[in-house]
Amino acid sequence: MHSKIEIPAIAPRQAFGEVLLELGENRQDLIVLDGDVCTSTRTDMFRDRYPERFIQAGIAEANMAGMAAGLASCGFKPVVSTFAVFLAKRALDQIRVSIAHAELPVILNGAYAGLPTGNSGATHSSVSDMAVMRSMPHMTVLDPADAEDTKAAVRLAMNHDGPVYIRTVRCPVPQIFSEGHTMEFGRSERLLEGDDVAIISSGMMTPKALEAGLALKKQGIGARVIHMGSVKPIDREAVLAAARECGAIVTVENHSVIGGLGGAVSEVVTSQSPCPVRRLGFDDRFLESGNDEILFSRYGMNTENIIEAAKEMYREYSSSK
Amino acid sequence: MKIKISIDEIQAVKEKAGRIRRLSLKTCHHAGCGHLGGSFSEADILACLYFSQLHIDPSRPALAERDRFILSKGHSTPGYYAALAAAGYFDESVLETFDEAGSPLQGHPDRMKTPGVDMSTGSLGQGLSVGAGMALAGQMKVLDYYVYVLMGDGEIQEGQVWEAVNFAGFRQIRRLIGIVDCNNLQLSAKTLSPAGERTLERRFEAFGWKTLRCSGHEIGELLSTLREARNLAADGPVMVLADTVKGKGVSFMENQIEWHSKIVSDRDYEKARAELEEVYGAQ
Repeated sequence: MHSKIEIPAIAPRQAFGEVLLELGENRQDLIVLDGDVCTSTRTDMFRDRYPERFIQAGIAEANMAGMAAGLASCGFKPVVSTFAVFLAKRALDQIRVSIAHAELPVILNGAYAGLPTGNSGATHSSVSDMAVMRSMPHMTVLDPADAEDTKAAVRLAMNHDGPVYIRTVRCPVPQIFSEGHTMEFGRSERLLEGDDVAIISSGMMTPKALEAGLALKKQGIGARVIHMGSVKPIDREAVLAAARECGAIVTVENHSVIGGLGGAVSEVVTSQSPCPVRRLGFDDRFLESGNDEILFSRYGMNTENIIEAAKEMYREYSSSK
Repeated sequence: MKIKISIDEIQAVKEKAGRIRRLSLKTCHHAGCGHLGGSFSEADILACLYFSQLHIDPSRPALAERDRFILSKGHSTPGYYAALAAAGYFDESVLETFDEAGSPLQGHPDRMKTPGVDMSTGSLGQGLSVGAGMALAGQMKVLDYYVYVLMGDGEIQEGQVWEAVNFAGFRQIRRLIGIVDCNNLQLSAKTLSPAGERTLERRFEAFGWKTLRCSGHEIGELLSTLREARNLAADGPVMVLADTVKGKGVSFMENQIEWHSKIVSDRDYEKARAELEEVYGAQ
């Protein structure tokens, strides 16, 4: 698993492009459909290697999702790739009826998930795609952390007989998982042991959560850091154990505080093991253009903010004091 | 150059169209719900497809080589289910469960519940994209099946239809045949069609589709046109514009906007049954 955070950072979108190349070699049923953003989502690598299995669907997301459903119903494994904000919104009804309700095994690549969009701002940053996808019956939602986790997510989705929504981010993310890492539906990864407070994170926020956990440890606070790459189905046991054993939870996600990871964790604890949950994420707002790290700081979503939130939750509610 | 259709074939398909209408009527009457107007406007088209055009084997509904049919105007299930039952996908008695809780025959088509349904539909405008995907799959797998997508003339107001029309025209997707059930009525209004000569034809043709127009009720003309469409579609996408009458076959339902989904009373049922019997004979 993790060792140090100093390993060079790799952009998950790059890893996504690479794993498609790897899978495309033996999986003749793998088809990639692109909504005219392949050079940004890195499915251009697949286009160049397997042009006969790449479909340039143009700037027409609804049609692209529908065609993927048709291809899947005839035995192909289509990957629909465009920006998360367009996939989860422009193609929403097509994903709902033609893919999810029809129970067809389509992989949906929600690229440019969350904040990092190369300064594109409010219209391109996707703050509520997980909320939308998570509330859709038959849909599975994965928010992988780094390059290896992204590859693991795609390999897992390739062998799943149903639709899977995978978030991939644009910016480089420090690597915490090593080669050979696997993902499973409903399984989380405990990255750091601790009983004082739990930090549950998903996606590109996990390296920051881990960094926060290590800093807290130095300050004598045992933070249990859990990576929840499988947001739906969620690892209920891990969430409930965190609630029981730590008594306080901080969730961290590159997404709105409404309906995403924080929402999912809250849903689990309220029904079975009530426990205070502090949700770090975008606070019900549209984002704006700017440097990724400056914006993450402005929205209170950097490592320092995670440390502060965890400390507060520990002081107020921890069951281990 | 019209393709000649034998009188025997016309008669055989016409009988099936009568069967589809009778079963649709019975289904809606029994269920106390359902979209009968559109089911009657599509009945002759479905009869031509299921009893002449489609290369299918109802005993093997998942056959990879089969032709596909998508009811994109997914609300017209009474007619669709009647056609599937008449074709032998399931017993006609199942029609009595239409729209009931737990029935395999849902209000809108569900590929996971109903044998013979190739695609789940119901939210209008989605079928042509799915059909384009199926046709592409056939090209990639070197299977020469055809894909038929039936749409309503109101349905093509949906923007997605034109995304699909653009893509299929651009790629000149082969063996994809769209059919528009042009009955000139939608749920609450006359169809919002721009006025002018050949407006529909010109719209599809501008996107690189071949178009054919015909009666959606004269079986001989319909069969001849669909056969021609199949020939033309070997090279690229074809749109058949079928002129129909909503509620066709029962005088008091024809062109009556409320018969989009009006409940069939016992009295309506008896009157309609008698009219159908007059045209198609007792059965």
